[in-house]
Amino acid sequence: MPKEQQMSVSVWRGGAAGAYQPFDVKMEDNQTVLDVVAWIQQYADPTLSYRYACRVGMCGSCAMMVNGVPRWTCRTHVKKVLKDGHMEIGPLRNLPVIKDLATDMDPFFDKWVAAEGLHHPTQTRHDPIEAIDPDSAGRVEANAGIECINCSVCYAACDTVAGNPDYLGPAALQRAWSVYNDSKDANKQTILDAVSGVGGCHNCHSQGSCAVHCPNELNPMNAIAGLKRGTARNFFKRRK
Amino acid sequence: MIHGHRTHTLWIAFLLHRISGVALALFLPAHFWVLSYALNAPQKLDGFLHWAETPIVKFAEFGLVFLLSVHMLGGLRLMALEFLPWTSGQKTAAASAVAASTFLAGIFLLRAI
Repeated sequence: MPKEQQMSVSVWRGGAAGAYQPFDVKMEDNQTVLDVVAWIQQYADPTLSYRYACRVGMCGSCAMMVNGVPRWTCRTHVKKVLKDGHMEIGPLRNLPVIKDLATDMDPFFDKWVAAEGLHHPTQTRHDPIEAIDPDSAGRVEANAGIECINCSVCYAACDTVAGNPDYLGPAALQRAWSVYNDSKDANKQTILDAVSGVGGCHNCHSQGSCAVHCPNELNPMNAIAGLKRGTARNFFKRRK
Repeated sequence: MIHGHRTHTLWIAFLLHRISGVALALFLPAHFWVLSYALNAPQKLDGFLHWAETPIVKFAEFGLVFLLSVHMLGGLRLMALEFLPWTSGQKTAAASAVAASTFLAGIFLLRAI
């Protein structure tokens, strides 16, 4: 019988102050990073805290730093990230650590609201449903961002967020861009005002880490560039 | 510094833009200082220009032309990104800026030697 293969996994333990703890984990043919974390919690140390829900890349709750790169761990195969039989798993960057691999997502979601990434209705429930042409330019632009699963991978990948805690971040700004392009949204000026403030879209340095690491292959940098154009156009229009 | 989530083309383009910007900002005061010799001390300027003919300075000028060109082309890319309709191929644009700058600086060096 072939010898059982092991990998060494370093896992962050503690809150903001803490250290990486090494674990030996059995290698399987098919194993995701989330499987490894679950194995450690179930067989090595039941006090390990982490967060997950759907395990199929829909809910966006299992994102962690794997070898310094933010990833959705439930859809990341171990063989993709293992380096010389080793990997390092940490909590998402740019968010307060609650314990071990679980971060406080409140700042991330608060910024969605701060960016006015919410629906501002044009009609009431008593009006007939409005027909939207799926091929219209605004709808195509809005569609580009709606597959976001709120996993915060882009937020963790962004060095501008790291340097400026007020920056709204790629996900919130992409949401604002989607809503801005929605013909059923009544309050586009509010969105432009919200995204052109101190922590707004103009902070973006176009490093593009958000687009590179987004597990759903969305492009928040594209959306932020759209907001920059929209706010610039709005600025000159208002001055007339 | 470039590891983990930063190992991709556009992040390196960002870094190159910053480094070239800082380097040019340091160069410009020295440049104007030497130019002021033309008014205040022409013989000193001649001496400097003679020294500037040495191969090491010519090679440094190759670097300078590269920095100028890559900063200008990189800046044009960013302005296009922010003010023109979105185009994919940002990585290609950034890589082209480096290629064009290397070519320009190379032509400059070949003409100088």
